[in-house]
Amino acid sequence: MYRNTEIVYESSQNPSIGGAGEAGDLVINVGPQHPATHGVLHLVLTLNGETIKKVEPHLGYIHRSIEKMCESLTYRQFIYVTSRMDYLSAHINNQACALCVEKGMQIEVPERAKVIRTIMAELTRIASHELWWGAMAMDIGAFTPFFHAFREREAINDIMEETCGARLTMNYMVPGGVMMELHPDFQRKVKDFIKQFRDKVHEYDELVTGNIIFRNRMKDVGILSKEDAVSFGCTGPTARGSGVSCDIRKLYPYDAYDKVQFEEVLETGCDSLARYMVRIRELHQSISIVEQLIDNIPEGDFQAKTKAVLKLPKGEFYTSVETARGELGVYIVSEGGTTPYRIKFRSPGFSNLSALDTMARGSKLGDLVAMMGTLDLVIPDIDR
Amino acid sequence: MWSLTNIANSIHNWLNEQFSPTWALIFEMVIAGVAVIGLFALLGLILVIMERKVSAWMQIRLGPNRVGPKGLLQSFADTLKLLVKEGLTPGGADKLLFNLAPVIALVVAMLLMAPIAFAKDFQFWDLNIGVLYVSAVSSLMVISILMAGWASNNKYSLMGAMRSGAQIVSYELSAGLSVLAIVVLTGSLNISEIIYSQADGWWIFKGHIPVLIAFVIFIIAVTAETNRAPFDLAEAESELTAGFHTEYSGMKFALFFLAEYVNVFIVCAIGATIFLGGWMPLHIGNWEGFNHAMDYIPSSIWFFGKTFFLIFVIMWFRWTFPRLRIDQLLNLEWKYLLPISMFNLLLVTAMAILKWHF
Repeated sequence: MYRNTEIVYESSQNPSIGGAGEAGDLVINVGPQHPATHGVLHLVLTLNGETIKKVEPHLGYIHRSIEKMCESLTYRQFIYVTSRMDYLSAHINNQACALCVEKGMQIEVPERAKVIRTIMAELTRIASHELWWGAMAMDIGAFTPFFHAFREREAINDIMEETCGARLTMNYMVPGGVMMELHPDFQRKVKDFIKQFRDKVHEYDELVTGNIIFRNRMKDVGILSKEDAVSFGCTGPTARGSGVSCDIRKLYPYDAYDKVQFEEVLETGCDSLARYMVRIRELHQSISIVEQLIDNIPEGDFQAKTKAVLKLPKGEFYTSVETARGELGVYIVSEGGTTPYRIKFRSPGFSNLSALDTMARGSKLGDLVAMMGTLDLVIPDIDR
Repeated sequence: MWSLTNIANSIHNWLNEQFSPTWALIFEMVIAGVAVIGLFALLGLILVIMERKVSAWMQIRLGPNRVGPKGLLQSFADTLKLLVKEGLTPGGADKLLFNLAPVIALVVAMLLMAPIAFAKDFQFWDLNIGVLYVSAVSSLMVISILMAGWASNNKYSLMGAMRSGAQIVSYELSAGLSVLAIVVLTGSLNISEIIYSQADGWWIFKGHIPVLIAFVIFIIAVTAETNRAPFDLAEAESELTAGFHTEYSGMKFALFFLAEYVNVFIVCAIGATIFLGGWMPLHIGNWEGFNHAMDYIPSSIWFFGKTFFLIFVIMWFRWTFPRLRIDQLLNLEWKYLLPISMFNLLLVTAMAILKWHF
């Protein structure tokens, strides 16, 4: 049965395999259900033996029409839907939307709210990078790091649960500040987490980063040149691994990022190892940001006084923030009503995924999985 | 003293007294079959629960802890589940080869069990070419994997099988050469003679650095031969979903699973026998009292202790290392391990001729 369909597939000039493949090509579907795609991404691979000739991502399996849904929700409501986009950066997505609405309404956010937002965003980034680290190691066949990563992530999840009531699809940022006052134990818990993280983070390097097999798998694999990274619109650690300076936190500081000292992590290796190292070094930067802010949360309101019903003036508004995966842009077109006329998210994963074909051509199947790991793909972010 | 021959003879005599010779023979066959299958199932169950506990220990979790005391009966529950599960055969599969492959995997593992000495005088078949037999039969394993991969009519399975073919055939060489080092030193292919040659000290201590190198190469090569991580490219979960056994379910999958674990046991048993003295207790030079005390520990405990230590090492690999890529895997064998083990064999030969070992 299957053999028959395959012949039809190859002879029918099906665009999904880029026309009829050459003789001897093996067309293989990775996904929509596959352990390496971490979700429902569908890749159509054209292989020559083990060597990749072509990678074609097929999207749409988890499209929930979030942008359209947002158009029928008010400016207070639509933020909650965005937690379901890049679920590992839920707070940062919410922050982006809140910033955009604040920009349109010209709401002055209290300093306290700005600092709290920054701390939460950085904790989210740490949690996301930790999950990525575990999943990345799992992609190249090491299982144990996954559990070590979850140990630290669990501490962050507990903090999040106490602060905003959820562990995954978190909602805390609202236009004008944050939703509620911090949990009284917040500072102590975060400091405990920082201590735990500092105690344990060396295990990450011992277990994975310094491993000779790991380094051989990552070095000089999945080359994405600086020019390619720019032309594909890659952002975040993916682009910074190719030496493109694109950290929104540094270039266009928002919230409290202009008050903290941190370094934009850049690597010039252009390979999988460079992208890996960017994220590992970002973990340390994020911890340092949280450390700088956690004792210096100013007193004051946690939320600006806003009207019950928000109405953005007629016009177009765009803000972008740095999520754990790259630049998330929120573009709102307002007609002056209570709901956006049109809303568009510029998600980092989509652009990063588009570079996969260029990176993967000519390498082995096993490396494709490693490259997808270093892109840190979150499928609901790609397919909104 | 307990010995397999005595036990077998007494059972044989008792059966012949009770029944006619034909029935006695039939009963003996049944007993032997049940014993072998029982040993197999037991080994599989023990190794599966051991792997799960070891991995849990390394991954800061508890592991199975619900079925039975401390979860020790978990693998029985799993086996029961696999037994009652439907064994699907995919529509486009080659039915004969598809169903034959897991059986071959199991039979190969069973055949390999024959020359292993489990304790003093406890060996099923002490044939004079024991080491050669082991390396010859273990290479049949690749046939079942290739069959499974080809017959499944699944591209993932096919790729897994092809990887496995390249891998097992290459690593066979290093494993064989490192075993040859001991054969050169002992001058015999017979497993029991190799064990007796270690009465005054195990080869890993007697043979200086060359034997140590051979031992390390042997461990690496057998890890690859049994398709265990970091060389589990034939299964490569994150790349090929489950490699050659993607399409297998129920008991057919369980047979592959069982064969894998029994193979791990066998290669570790061979390693323990050849390099670590099998059931020989630890003797140190002229320490009479110490040597005497060591003799009191039963030989079966020595054998299983050494074997399970090696199994633990191989599990340790699995839960620590990431997977290699196929070209790196073959480079490791052909560019590093094979030349090193060839040179090492020369060293060992020189050592054996010049009597430099203890």
